[in-house]
Amino acid sequence: MKGKLVGMNGDRAVAFAAKQADVDVISAYPITPQTIIVETLAEYVNNGELNAAFIPVESEHSALSAAVGASLAGARVFTATSSQGLALMWEILWIAAGLRTTIVMAMGNRALSPNINIHCSHDDAYAARDTGWLQFFAENVQEAYDLTLMAFRISEDHRVLFPSIVNLDGFILTHATEGLYVLDDEDVKAFLPKKKPVNPIDPSKPMTYGPLDLFDWYMEHRRLQYASFMSTPPVIKEVFEEYGKLSGRRYTPVKTFNVEGAEVVLMVLGSSAGTVRYVSRKLAEKGKKVGVVSLTQYRPFPVRELIEALSGASVVAVMDRSVSFGSPGAQLFMDTSTALLKAKRRPLLFNVVYGLGGRDLTPGDVEKIVMKAEEVLRRGETPEEPVWVGVRGEE
Amino acid sequence: MGEARFIKTLKEVPRVEHFAPGHRLCAGCGIPQVVRMALKAVPDPKVVVNATGCLEVATTIFPYTSWGVPWVHVAFENAAAVASGIESAFKILEKKYGKQRPKVVVFGGDGGTFDIGFQALSGALERGHDMIYICYDNEAYMNTGIQRSGATPKGAHTTTSPAGKVIPGKQERKKNLIEIAIAHGIPYAATMNPAFPVDMYNKLVKAASITGPVVLHYYTPCPTGWYFDPSRSIEVARLAVQTRIWPLYEYENGKIRITVPVKEPKPIEDYFKLQGRFRHLLEPQNRELLEEIKRDVENNWNRLVKLASQG
Repeated sequence: MKGKLVGMNGDRAVAFAAKQADVDVISAYPITPQTIIVETLAEYVNNGELNAAFIPVESEHSALSAAVGASLAGARVFTATSSQGLALMWEILWIAAGLRTTIVMAMGNRALSPNINIHCSHDDAYAARDTGWLQFFAENVQEAYDLTLMAFRISEDHRVLFPSIVNLDGFILTHATEGLYVLDDEDVKAFLPKKKPVNPIDPSKPMTYGPLDLFDWYMEHRRLQYASFMSTPPVIKEVFEEYGKLSGRRYTPVKTFNVEGAEVVLMVLGSSAGTVRYVSRKLAEKGKKVGVVSLTQYRPFPVRELIEALSGASVVAVMDRSVSFGSPGAQLFMDTSTALLKAKRRPLLFNVVYGLGGRDLTPGDVEKIVMKAEEVLRRGETPEEPVWVGVRGEE
Repeated sequence: MGEARFIKTLKEVPRVEHFAPGHRLCAGCGIPQVVRMALKAVPDPKVVVNATGCLEVATTIFPYTSWGVPWVHVAFENAAAVASGIESAFKILEKKYGKQRPKVVVFGGDGGTFDIGFQALSGALERGHDMIYICYDNEAYMNTGIQRSGATPKGAHTTTSPAGKVIPGKQERKKNLIEIAIAHGIPYAATMNPAFPVDMYNKLVKAASITGPVVLHYYTPCPTGWYFDPSRSIEVARLAVQTRIWPLYEYENGKIRITVPVKEPKPIEDYFKLQGRFRHLLEPQNRELLEEIKRDVENNWNRLVKLASQG
């Protein structure tokens, strides 16, 4: 591992990465559990450790609006949010992507109201899934730091030019102090040189940004945006590889663990992957094979890699830290189901809902999911509705 | 382009144009006057931020644009926030990399300013961003087709405050935008009117010379939404000042100054009878409401005179 070993919580690690990225503008509004990120950045700026404009806006809607303006002006821009804040930003998420800004936003994942809750669900990440932002999920504090640095590089790449969200589970990662390796400032500088904006606001070259676009052109523009967005994965892979050489930490869009020869596979996002892997390891000691698949890259959804990762499985439990009211399953389940329609051979698939509002996912819960998967495999049929784990009345 | 100068006559207004004809604003619309004047009075380099509204939709129908300066539209309620971001970005880019810093000019309608964009504007004023915020106030949501706003005057008919048999138009007063703006401790604020272009131009020149947030409140005649003959747009605008309904004044360094004194006000009825939105107020059953409006106008004027006399 390259760099220096330090102890930080997820929020501070993300703020430290933004500082090392030498961001020009931070536009943010406090919301638990990401508040420490903006507090830390405000300290950096006011102590002269970071030469940036800190805009203490009056809402998340304005946070992202100001970020869009700053990014169009050519600045490297960072913001952060969670849950209700993301919901308030939602209108501008689409515009930030459509105007091809390169904002990097950290999201301390938190459950949406009601009832008000400050702990982890993935409602906010999922709420942004269709908006045209690249999305990454960190599994631990190290990944939150690494992905923040990589997100700037990916977003600002001229073959990409889309904003990025780096997801880190609220409290579980935002507030937990872990050991992580941070790169030297010089290494970050080499990896992430000054932003070279494309068509920034320039009075000597006037342009009209965000015009009225009706039935005669809107659809072509959406088509182009879609094609551009869908062409980003090779660049993401390239940056992952380069960062791997720099840091010694290898990233891939999809992470697999013990999948070879495993009939049962559990699929999961974020910090829970560690818990699921722990159980997989324990079961492997007893001679039982359970595979684990987790996603680092959530948008664009890594269809091909996922098909490959799940190619040997007979049954897959797709674990969602959210519900989707009235849908055939929660969000990751729907994505996975659709992706697997393109597979030559499809495993049985069922949906698990877990961990809402910060409810712990225990190793015992994971074992129950494994047992349920084995039952599904034995019977050859899948439950119609998601299986709720760790909730009263479903034991 | 260098510093713009104060003028005495309209002939002195620079001939340079940054706003091209061929846009789709209605005949008789008051918006283009302030846009042309602002783009002449504010020295280069400059950037325009525009809230969703008449001006935005009528001047940038892809693949056409009327704008000869950088122009940014993001959404309806956030023009002041977008401008905050642009201003902050250029400030830091100037400091870090020596990039030239343009002046930021914002255009928002009364909906985008008084109502849905009110919070973003207040935030931007409180934070003290260096920007000229111009509210073109046509006193209702004209882009969606004449719905009431917080800027619609008392008694006016709109499609959501119709002059009905029981309720004759809007029953509430118009917000006082300038006083709200002043309450933020900003350095300069003023009202403007297209029938007084020299006054308008000089206020824009002054606004451009000031560092910090400036709010300009521009009277914008709207033949389509106020129901009057488009050829009488400037006449309507002039009457608004002459009846003391739309006082022309400015606020600078803690002082209020009336820039166009109105010694002998014209009857408010003269103003109302030209516009379909007010015509019902002249009917006998609405006499009380008319008297109430007259009292409001008089009180506002007297209050302003008193503030101005405090020097």
